[in-house]
Amino acid sequence: MELLRFFTAGNVDDGKSTLIGRLLYDSKSISTDILETLTKQSKSTGVDADIDLALLTDGLRAEREQGITIDVAYKYFTTDKRKFIIADTPGHVQYTRNMFTGASNTDLAIILVDARHGITEQTRRHSIISNIVGIPHVLVCINKMDLVNYDEKVYEQIKQDYEKFAQSLNLKKVSYIPTSALTGDNVVKHSENLPWYEGPSLFEFLENVEIEQDFKTQEARFQVQYVIRPQTEELHDYRGYAGSVLSGSFKKGDKIAVHPVDLITTIEKIEKFGKEVDEAHAGEPIIIHVSDEIDISRGTTFVPLNESIQSEKTFEAIVCWMDNKSFQPGQKLLLQQNSFRTKAVIKEVDNKINIYNYTTEESDGTLHLNDFCKVTIKTAETISFDEYANNRKTGSFILINENTNNTVAAGVIN
Amino acid sequence: MDYLDQLEAEAIYILREVAGQFDRPALLFSGGKDSICLVHLALKAFRPGKFPFPLVHVDTGHNFPEAIEYRDNLAKELDEKLIVRYVADTIKEKNLQDGKGKFPSRNGLQTYTLLDVINEFEFDACIGGARRDEEKARAKERIFSVRDEFGQWDPKKQRPELWNIYNGKVDKGENVRVFPISNWTELDVWNYIKRENIQLPSIYFTHERECIKTEHGQWMNVNEFVQLEPTDTIEKVQVRYRTVGDMTCTAAVESQAHTVDDIIAELKDTKISERGATRMDDRVSEAAMEDRKKGGYF
Repeated sequence: MELLRFFTAGNVDDGKSTLIGRLLYDSKSISTDILETLTKQSKSTGVDADIDLALLTDGLRAEREQGITIDVAYKYFTTDKRKFIIADTPGHVQYTRNMFTGASNTDLAIILVDARHGITEQTRRHSIISNIVGIPHVLVCINKMDLVNYDEKVYEQIKQDYEKFAQSLNLKKVSYIPTSALTGDNVVKHSENLPWYEGPSLFEFLENVEIEQDFKTQEARFQVQYVIRPQTEELHDYRGYAGSVLSGSFKKGDKIAVHPVDLITTIEKIEKFGKEVDEAHAGEPIIIHVSDEIDISRGTTFVPLNESIQSEKTFEAIVCWMDNKSFQPGQKLLLQQNSFRTKAVIKEVDNKINIYNYTTEESDGTLHLNDFCKVTIKTAETISFDEYANNRKTGSFILINENTNNTVAAGVIN
Repeated sequence: MDYLDQLEAEAIYILREVAGQFDRPALLFSGGKDSICLVHLALKAFRPGKFPFPLVHVDTGHNFPEAIEYRDNLAKELDEKLIVRYVADTIKEKNLQDGKGKFPSRNGLQTYTLLDVINEFEFDACIGGARRDEEKARAKERIFSVRDEFGQWDPKKQRPELWNIYNGKVDKGENVRVFPISNWTELDVWNYIKRENIQLPSIYFTHERECIKTEHGQWMNVNEFVQLEPTDTIEKVQVRYRTVGDMTCTAAVESQAHTVDDIIAELKDTKISERGATRMDDRVSEAAMEDRKKGGYF
């Protein structure tokens, strides 16, 4: 069985939470006791529909009180074919960072468009963020079709408008589905109200959409998370480097370059769960043994000798500022890329990205909450990376405020 | 990769991040299926080395004897360190009011013992088996969940958690609760137990037990802590436990499931959620879990 992670973007008004509620409800993933609680709550919120499906996803007291999604909620459902992890993210501009967070490790974005309003500022913003975070596939859900009399022309017009807008982005793949989350049209079952639509229902789409397996074919990358040294009598000389294969595959006997120390050694042994294996592939947690005694610690990156990786102390990236407090020039930061951590500073804020039209504007050097900017970063130690467009694992990082320990920014290297 | 392989890999990655980032981590072990899975994952993450953390159990004194026996055997068999601290001792030391009523709960009291043991050993990370599908406040919590020096969770101050990059940096006195199986559902846990052939305490499987029916229609085990009322009728019922909490607040479910396969088949058919079927502690209010977490709970 496969695993698909997707996120949904849209405002409460677009019916996002209702859509997720509908997916869970119609796929029978909601238990009766939870349904009972919901029915009780729905009565107290005074929403017309029998059950206010949005209440399923808004889990915090503040969210229920205000009727908005503030933080990412994770929901799960399983069909015979797939397990799904939904990151339900807030749509409001005030919570852009939470949306970026929810989107970061998903394979698919579902962007909701209200059929009555068509492409809005918000649709553009959500799409541009999906583009920056490198989502392989975007599904545009044209929702509330019931409120436009299930009119094919409305659907076609929105589709055309989106195609035109998406030209300026690098979205790899875009699909379209007309739905009504409230009435359930085309969510799980095909709708008789949409006879002109011949594509899959949302549910069928989710079950069958191809999951991009980029990491398998990419160049091989491994990073050490933890050094295992039992130091017992029988295992006196045992020294294993525990970590996950970030991308590509490694084989026993591979000659590897060890970054950032820039030394060369050979993979002597690969262990997986106590057994020796000849090779290991993207995603697998393993232990690697090398033939030379060299300085290898947490955060060290292994790359096969015949492949190259960039190693720099200065590089350019797009960052999303996530802290309530704005960036202070000279602010002491830590950069973390997977398990690698080093001191860092933002040397320069080069320019600001307009998240409504994807143009760049001149920067005044500031970085405020939810700003996307192109920046130049300087690190204390050399970092080994790939461009994010080529490798989401080695091209992404977070910035941590050394003083408050908070994660203040997320970045993709370009 | 199969979905169970992916969930397993994610959990092992998180456990190794804990080992790499913290000085004094601990694994909170309850004897329930979720924490038993965590131990199994830790074996895969760290063997042939020892666990880089002790197993810590907050013993409420209301635990099922089968779970306690399982806990002690497991620690011995694996030759890993087990630290047990007792809620009864905390009640005495701090002169606290013990749980009262028909089903006297120590649910709130165990938070005191938990925070004490964290202070005693200066743990900077506590690994737990909570899952996001269990409850809607949990659905909002990060995998690395930072707690202040009072153990409090503040949902408004959660750190953004992106990709698989976990920021576990805290000041002295603060700690991080880490939930490696956040993305697993109850059914995933059982499918994993089946695949890995993990042994469990016997109370997860069907057995005959003396129970009384509560006003909500749940079967509660008759034991020394439950205050029986004259109107209660004790019945012998064929039951199993879906979760293993305290005997005073965990209900049994009627079941004929003898094997893990039986349980999986049963769960696929059930219409009631895990906590809904078994927990009395969530019934208090709509935000019961959120409030407990804000107070330092797991």
